[in-house]
Amino acid sequence: MARIVVVTSGKGGVGKTTTAASFAAGLAKSGFKTVVIDFDVGLRNLDLVMGCERRVVFDFINVITGDARLHQALIKDKRLDNLFILPASQTRDKDALTEEGVEQVLNELREDYDYIICDSPAGIERGSHLAAYHADDALVVTNPEVSSVRDSDRVLGLLASRTLRAEQGREPVKEHLLLSRYDPHRVKKGDMLSVDDVCEILAIDLLGVIPESEDVLNASNSGLPVILEQETDAGQAYLDAVARYQGEERPHRFINAERKGLFGRMFGG
Amino acid sequence: MVIGKYFRERKSRQGSASLAKERLQIIVSHERAERGGPDYLPMLREELLQVVRRYVTVDPDAVRVEVEREGSHEVLELNITLPEHCESEEQR
Repeated sequence: MARIVVVTSGKGGVGKTTTAASFAAGLAKSGFKTVVIDFDVGLRNLDLVMGCERRVVFDFINVITGDARLHQALIKDKRLDNLFILPASQTRDKDALTEEGVEQVLNELREDYDYIICDSPAGIERGSHLAAYHADDALVVTNPEVSSVRDSDRVLGLLASRTLRAEQGREPVKEHLLLSRYDPHRVKKGDMLSVDDVCEILAIDLLGVIPESEDVLNASNSGLPVILEQETDAGQAYLDAVARYQGEERPHRFINAERKGLFGRMFGG
Repeated sequence: MVIGKYFRERKSRQGSASLAKERLQIIVSHERAERGGPDYLPMLREELLQVVRRYVTVDPDAVRVEVEREGSHEVLELNITLPEHCESEEQR
């Protein structure tokens, strides 16, 4: 029986798709059979970040409308044997994503997989509601920036009230904070909210801090989840986050500014 | 002189994060208070504001409507802050 994890945020452009791709790849790498679903109908992007855009034949909507079987739409990752992608549709009407359709697909996947990662669209509209409704866990991706933190708090409100778990009065969705695009130097200078600030405001468990890094862009440019770029800071930060999610205790890294030496100051900028 | 300018700039730049934190704490606690209440609360608040404004000029923030749960019953708490020239009295 799979555990369903939604990757969500209030604001767009904070790194949900990057996170969904890396998290799914990380779980698959730890040996779990994992599928990652793109719920962002109309703006599909997960396939591009995962580097399988040219292998998309059928998509999530095709499965829901009955034009394709689930196994026809699932794309097997080329790098990891137990990782699968269910891409979103780019062209179809958003309303084709129905509650019943989503439930049916999730129920079918549940039997076969250990983890189902749902890459939610931004915001608090229907698409994100559908992505979050069946979730057991939520990764709330937030940037250390006022609008992102505020919108994350709104998303937390919805996770607490409008999910299946909430409606059935079961144990609430477990919320994890993933703080992305973190720049310790700016935090040290006092012009970026710190991890502690964000944790204090949102009051949820911190799963990980992803440092602002050019490696994230490089990885997505080449269609590779950044977690597979193991020598990079961002990749390691995601590895830590996945390990913590599985219950391992790891100290948080990349949250303190390294002291720059004289040469660092002169040439590092 | 240059050094003085450097420190002045440094000083004035400090605190934009603390300002952000302060603003966020206020807005988030405000929004959390409204959350979870019945859907009609914002509308009730708006109409109350209109009624009060027929008699007194008040700020949009002057009307606070909150629902509190006490055991089996709910209490609708209404708090209207009148401007200072009206002896700044609070009405419940």
